[in-house]
Amino acid sequence: MSQVDTVEIAAKTPDEEQPWAELGLKADEYARITDILGRRPTTAELAMYSVMWSEHCSYKSSKAHLRQFGGLPPSDVLLVGIGENAGVVDVGDGYAVTFKVESHNHPSYVEPYQGAATGVGGIVRDILTMGARPIAVMDSLRFGRADAPDTARVLPGVIAGVGGYGNCLGLPNIGGELLFDDCYAGNPLVNALCVGVMRHEDVRLAKAEGVGNKVILFGARTGGDGIGGVSVLASETFDEHGPAKRPSVQVGDPFTEKLLIEACLEIFAADLVTGIQDLGGAGLSCATSELASAGTGGMHVDLDAVPLRDSTLTPAEILMSESQERMCAIVEPAKVEEFLAVCRRWDVLATVIGEVTDGDRLTVDWHGERIVDVPPRTVAHEGPVYERPMTRPADLDALQADDAARLPRPATGAELQAHWLAVVSSPDGADKTWVTEQYDRYVRGNTVLAQPEDAGVVRIDEDSHRGIALSLDGNARFARLDPYLGAQLNLAEAYRNVAVSGAEPLAVTNCLNFGSPEEPGVMWQFAEAVRGLADGCRELGLPVTGGNVSLYNQTGDIPINPTPVIGVLGVHEDVRRRISSGWRTPGETVLLLGRTKPEFSGSAWANVVHGHLGGRPPALDLAAERALATLLAALGKEGLVSSAHDLADGGLAQTLTEAALRHGVGARLRLPGDPFTALFSESTARVVVTTADPGGVKTTARWAGVPVTELGTTGGDALVLDGVLDLSLAELRAAWTATLPALFGSPEVAVGSVPAGTVPTS
Amino acid sequence: MRIGVITFPGSLDDVDAARAVRLAGGEPVALWHADHDLKDVDAVVLPGGFSYGDYLRAGAIAARSPLMRDVVTAARHGLPVLGICNGFQVLCEAGLLPGALTRNSHLHFRNRDQVLRVERADTAWTADYGTGQRIVIPVKNGEGRYVAADDDLDRLEGENRVVFRYVDGNPNGSSRDIAGVASENGRVVGLMPHPEHAVEDLTGPSTDGLGFFTSVLKAAVNA
Repeated sequence: MSQVDTVEIAAKTPDEEQPWAELGLKADEYARITDILGRRPTTAELAMYSVMWSEHCSYKSSKAHLRQFGGLPPSDVLLVGIGENAGVVDVGDGYAVTFKVESHNHPSYVEPYQGAATGVGGIVRDILTMGARPIAVMDSLRFGRADAPDTARVLPGVIAGVGGYGNCLGLPNIGGELLFDDCYAGNPLVNALCVGVMRHEDVRLAKAEGVGNKVILFGARTGGDGIGGVSVLASETFDEHGPAKRPSVQVGDPFTEKLLIEACLEIFAADLVTGIQDLGGAGLSCATSELASAGTGGMHVDLDAVPLRDSTLTPAEILMSESQERMCAIVEPAKVEEFLAVCRRWDVLATVIGEVTDGDRLTVDWHGERIVDVPPRTVAHEGPVYERPMTRPADLDALQADDAARLPRPATGAELQAHWLAVVSSPDGADKTWVTEQYDRYVRGNTVLAQPEDAGVVRIDEDSHRGIALSLDGNARFARLDPYLGAQLNLAEAYRNVAVSGAEPLAVTNCLNFGSPEEPGVMWQFAEAVRGLADGCRELGLPVTGGNVSLYNQTGDIPINPTPVIGVLGVHEDVRRRISSGWRTPGETVLLLGRTKPEFSGSAWANVVHGHLGGRPPALDLAAERALATLLAALGKEGLVSSAHDLADGGLAQTLTEAALRHGVGARLRLPGDPFTALFSESTARVVVTTADPGGVKTTARWAGVPVTELGTTGGDALVLDGVLDLSLAELRAAWTATLPALFGSPEVAVGSVPAGTVPTS
Repeated sequence: MRIGVITFPGSLDDVDAARAVRLAGGEPVALWHADHDLKDVDAVVLPGGFSYGDYLRAGAIAARSPLMRDVVTAARHGLPVLGICNGFQVLCEAGLLPGALTRNSHLHFRNRDQVLRVERADTAWTADYGTGQRIVIPVKNGEGRYVAADDDLDRLEGENRVVFRYVDGNPNGSSRDIAGVASENGRVVGLMPHPEHAVEDLTGPSTDGLGFFTSVLKAAVNA
């Protein structure tokens, strides 16, 4: 093994060749590091800069665009904004909620179970770091074609990983998405959301202040997992016959994370920390440099103190390791003993590894020698920022000109029925029970609504009944056809889904999944989506509380469809007034709120029946979405509707299917106008409600300025469209539920379920 | 009436069990696995979760915790004990109940609203039900397949110690559709499904689970 590279050696050997290119740095970036330090970086410093200046950590390609979110008008509900681990929103009665969604796309392709599991673990620690108790998770997933052989490898592992980690951690999974498209075949998307709740005064920030305060690393030991690019350095320091590169996918231990959560909450309650940060991407490098950078700047770390799982790790590897379930806290000396005692009680390993120092340097020692001496801001916050070239993709005009209006439409009742069944039994439209059964939705006892509802709803106060609603939506077909509009349509859908539950939408988060930013066409898509989301949030009056960017999602030269996944958080003053999506009672009036236009481009119908993607997405009308949300809140408060279900992918056909099958209650309906348009258009700002008081709903809708169409009456064991078709619920259920088990394996045990309609399942 | 709820490292449904006790009219008392202190409770609930991550056998390490030694002794003297899911696994590992819980036959974690038939309405935890009554409470587990040797199963059936059976589908491949069993004296009951998740209309599939906790309040009074 070669000698450890120290600051002293680096100063003396300016011409030493360093593997900056293999670590992903550009020549000018390496030159800038040399400028900052006034010498070449040590091996450890090079490792730190290379990971912290990576796209993943530095947002160097996206930063210039993301500034638009910070430029939105100030919001009364935003307690902590972009820049911290997660934004914090005031949800009333002194409660604050923090929520964020993050990608773990690439690891999940390499090792589906661990990739997805650690994706959940990472976002949960982000929420915990803010001082909040994590209360629920959601997941938004994209895979290649459902029948592709590799999907059968990746999907079951991802689902088991999301479930395995979240279940063991004791967090209910309250919703999400599962969609399929060829473009994700070599690059699935695994976006995980976590939401947490705390009192206003309990918000914690990631900064290191107070000279002499101790830096404590706690949680799991540090191992060689998740080192990624730094293995280049590792293999350099070993000879050619030494161990192979270490695994770059992290391994999760949800049990340790559960202990970490409980220990942290006790530590917060006893007010034992002045700053805290989780260890995620870039591990200790990220946590120490960010804490120091956000604080007064000075910090010293003795790397020898870090508890290791593998004693052969080099100092650079220790700094870069992405071993999971670790946190870093800044603790006043007088409180260290109490801090360590709480950790002992929870069997959590905790070690003082350094302290906050005077000055503005982050220094790290190894065996008594200085191996890092850097200004932390240059590592954490002053990385490169690029204004990358952007070009509207050359194929977009032709794509947008290829309108779905040209596609052959079903003419007879039998054809309409066949297309209906095709859409709802497609992998995108089909029943997701195969997935959601693998997730615990009950733990903690506060889940009011969960999948397959439009939004997840969680009670946060058992006495006042205050609660929150959350939805995640990301239609990539619309974004492919028009990324500006597509991002806004996703925002509108998530907003509507939250409103449909009766909640008031409050704030927005996002996970922006795109191809390579070095591709001008992709960069244009990204910029357009960000501009669209910012404009949409401005019009709806909602703040963006934070988010995550995942770039380089592509296979070879082919990028994924732009996939901006948008999360909207809403508040319920009283969760007992929430509205669920299923029909429960025969004899109620079925009403369609909103206006239907012939809009088929980018629709599920065009995709499923014709394999077509082209034209312009449906028109956006945020004023109509607002009016609809106001109406739904009023209907919920007055108890005027017994169900509400939004219209999105698959149009009315999908909505009717889900509402009817939920409790096995059919309906007799008379659709206005052309039945094809009525069933398959994906016009926005529409919701189906059922009510025992249609007059009351119509009066309220008139007040809100929302058009209402009476469709018919619930009851019976079929969906009957007068004069068009008569679809039995048994046939519909058989088609809708068979798809995923047929693709991904049916349980060997004969299983049944609660007979539809006998038991409330909200 | 004081009902203890034990928290092991990795317990998850302890807050839910405490809530269920409260809603039934009892006083939940938090018990800590490492203490030798049952705090004078009148009954004990071992909640669901993944104690010690289930990394060895589910429930195996928790069954050897300091407090469990006290629970075993007290149970042999008639203290009512309920083990739910991971708690059931702990009771089997501690030798208070026969049999074992193994990986679900289909190998998936499964969460669903499950119909159970109450086979015995005279245990400390089921007196408020009727024999043969059907109840709906959530089941959620990855290792919930109840197994025992055929002779042992025959003996259990002969001694009328099967307390609950799965109906309308067996969610995990349990032998003879067994969802829960009791000790010889009917004071210790373990089951995989989660009654504490069916105690409020707002959050559960039913309120059918409340009967466990109202039953034990009476059993503790009568003890």
